[in-house]
Amino acid sequence: MSPAEPPRSPRRKGHGLIAGICGVAVVGMVGMAYAAVPFYRAFCQATGFDGTARRVERAPKLVIDRKITVRFDANVRGLPWKFTADQAAQTIKLGAAGMAFFTVKNTGDKPLTGRAAYNVLPESAGPYFLKTQCFCFSDQTIQPGQTERFPVIYYVEPKFATDVNTRTFQEVTLSYTFFPAPDVKPAKAG
Amino acid sequence: MATSADAHAHDAHEHHDHKPPFFVRWFFSTNHKDIGILYILFAIMAGLVGGALSGLIRWELAEPGIQIFQPHSWLAKIGIIEASKHGYNVVVTAHALIMIFFMVMPAMIGGFGNFFVPIMIGAPDMAFPRMNNISFWLLVASFAVLCTSLMVDGGPGKGFGGGWTMYPPLSTIGHTGPAFDLAILSLHLAGASSILGAINFITTIFNMRAPGMTLHRMPLFVWSVLVTVFLLLLSLPVLAGAITMLLTDRNFGTSFFNPAGGGDPVMFQHLFWFFGHPEVYILILPGFGMISHIVATFSKKPVFGYLAMAYAMVAIGFVGFVVWAHHMFTTGLNVNLQAYFSAATMIIAVPTGIKIFSWIATMWGGSIDFKTPMLFAIGFIFLFTVGGVTGVVLSNAGVDYSFQDTYYVVAHFHYVLSLGAVFAIFAGFYYWFEKMWGVKYNEILGAAHFWLMFVGVNVIFFPMHFLGMQGMPRRYVDYPDAFAFWNRISTDGYMIAALGVVVFLVMLVEAAVRRRKAEANPWGEGATTLEWTLSSPPPYHQFNDLPHIEAEGH
Ligand code: HEM
Ligand SMILES: [Cu+2]
Repeated sequence: MSPAEPPRSPRRKGHGLIAGICGVAVVGMVGMAYAAVPFYRAFCQATGFDGTARRVERAPKLVIDRKITVRFDANVRGLPWKFTADQAAQTIKLGAAGMAFFTVKNTGDKPLTGRAAYNVLPESAGPYFLKTQCFCFSDQTIQPGQTERFPVIYYVEPKFATDVNTRTFQEVTLSYTFFPAPDVKPAKAG
Repeated sequence: MATSADAHAHDAHEHHDHKPPFFVRWFFSTNHKDIGILYILFAIMAGLVGGALSGLIRWELAEPGIQIFQPHSWLAKIGIIEASKHGYNVVVTAHALIMIFFMVMPAMIGGFGNFFVPIMIGAPDMAFPRMNNISFWLLVASFAVLCTSLMVDGGPGKGFGGGWTMYPPLSTIGHTGPAFDLAILSLHLAGASSILGAINFITTIFNMRAPGMTLHRMPLFVWSVLVTVFLLLLSLPVLAGAITMLLTDRNFGTSFFNPAGGGDPVMFQHLFWFFGHPEVYILILPGFGMISHIVATFSKKPVFGYLAMAYAMVAIGFVGFVVWAHHMFTTGLNVNLQAYFSAATMIIAVPTGIKIFSWIATMWGGSIDFKTPMLFAIGFIFLFTVGGVTGVVLSNAGVDYSFQDTYYVVAHFHYVLSLGAVFAIFAGFYYWFEKMWGVKYNEILGAAHFWLMFVGVNVIFFPMHFLGMQGMPRRYVDYPDAFAFWNRISTDGYMIAALGVVVFLVMLVEAAVRRRKAEANPWGEGATTLEWTLSSPPPYHQFNDLPHIEAEGH
């Protein structure tokens, strides 16, 4: 061995074992970091955490008198599309269904597929903002020059009026952004 | 004194004490003391580079308007760093990364840890000497890659300017050039180096203690390194994972943090701070250990509350993993989470307070000797306490809404880090100076270094509290006239501190030229740990016959 090798006390057997346990811990932590991403996403979708509006199958039963204004916001990134909300805002009762319309036009010369990401602000309203129908549930393909009009059916749960995190709010903003669907190349003109 | 003389006669002239030739000794080094020395030299070098970068920051912020980060300045003529607003961000980013990964960590863990942990537990070397060498050279490679990153295209200009926190989307679509890919590679190398080092320390401390050296008799510095390396082992892999995700988001079309593909950029912040908060304690814990030894030595009393001190560090380590979102109060956490993270963060102040009070109790009634290491240790206690108090202020989510990303936060972390951690490093450096280098330093130069630094850093950072409270945001190259006064003062403070660094360098040269012969134990009866039983510098291979540790030994 190299001359710099120090004289060892009789090498204890445990060295490899301890180092091995440490190595497993390191690999485990890297794995947990990766697992955290899908876990966080699933957690947000399940609980509405961080402004993730929830998708539900049917409307809540109870309607109460308190009203709320819902504002709409439409954005596009990386697609030659025009995307607008047909109404700036709607005022509805908590628990009652609202229906809003959005219009999107493909101004490019190729059929393109987009996917809408969505969020509600304030984030704490996420758990109470429910949607039964939305164009954001699946990818949308639009032909060149074609215009599509999409309805969104949504509710704001009555619990919004009692939760400490949300009860002081009079307004909620529902925001969409159309991105190129992941497996589709982004358009140059974007 | 008698025991140390014995150890000298006994150990230094053993026949295995031959040293390998220069090149083999320093480049293929497997000796823990040589590697410790290499780490310290590396840290001093990196500290000078990082300090020069902070000089550019203070120069730029000396007055409103843009001084040096513009096309016709001297900085533009030198041309190493881009003289533009982006260049300023690059400098701030590089300053932080260099100080954290290439100055504080190598000095505390690589330098003092390598040199003294084996000696203090009565072991002949680290458990894996060759891995130790690999750790060091990985760090050198990492530093070289980071410096290269400054020179290549980042996207908005030369280098990566997204801050040491590297949040996406600024670090993904905001920096399209290769500079950030190099920075990621650099962090991977530094991380690998630290993880290997951590495994080495854990194995050494668990497996190689001399007979009689039970865990509860281990010196506090060894305890502090043990807790630190556990934090490293569990937090660095998370950083490695997070920056690998950034890398694949940037180059291979994944969308971990890209909303277009269903990702969430805030998720990166969670991962980063899950690493980042333990990391800030990694930077300070070994300092806690050193300060305990120094305070005890110069008060000529054993440390007050040894077990409480050890377990306070363990507690800090545990709690440190569950407070990360205090860096993210303004990302829209709901009220309950904010309440939880505020409360959990404040709890850290309890074990931290235990440590501060124990140091004071150790000094209480002792006959204190104000040698340079003790000056730095007392300076540390004061500065760290100030930083701890502003930390508790910031841990109130409501207050943090106003202070987040202002100079108040900059003041907070510089009081705990660039003053706290750096003063601890200097304290340890002077404390072990004779032991490591085999010559004595000059007390007057040491004290002058301390006073210049102490005054300098306070003048730099105290006004930042005011600036922050007035609303000056961090990470901007320019500011309105209203902030001019305190910024001017802060830059003046920089010059005082820089003078202190010059005195430090003079002190090194003076000691190297005069070569006053070191004693085995210059500090007398207060210095009780095993390193003082060996000659200064210690023999190339110590403890060929393992020492036996008796009950009163810590
Ligand atoms: C009493 C203990 C402490 C408490 C309660 C505390 C609390 C906090 C809080 C709440 C923040 C976030 C401020 C913001 O970004 O708005 C923060 C930032 C920071 N703290 Fe502490 N802290 C403590 C001790 C420390 C220590 C010991 C260190 C390191 C040695 C440290 C280093 C930092 C750093 C580097 C940042 C800023 C990170 C960045 O945004 O770049 N803190 N601290
Ligand atoms: Cu923190």
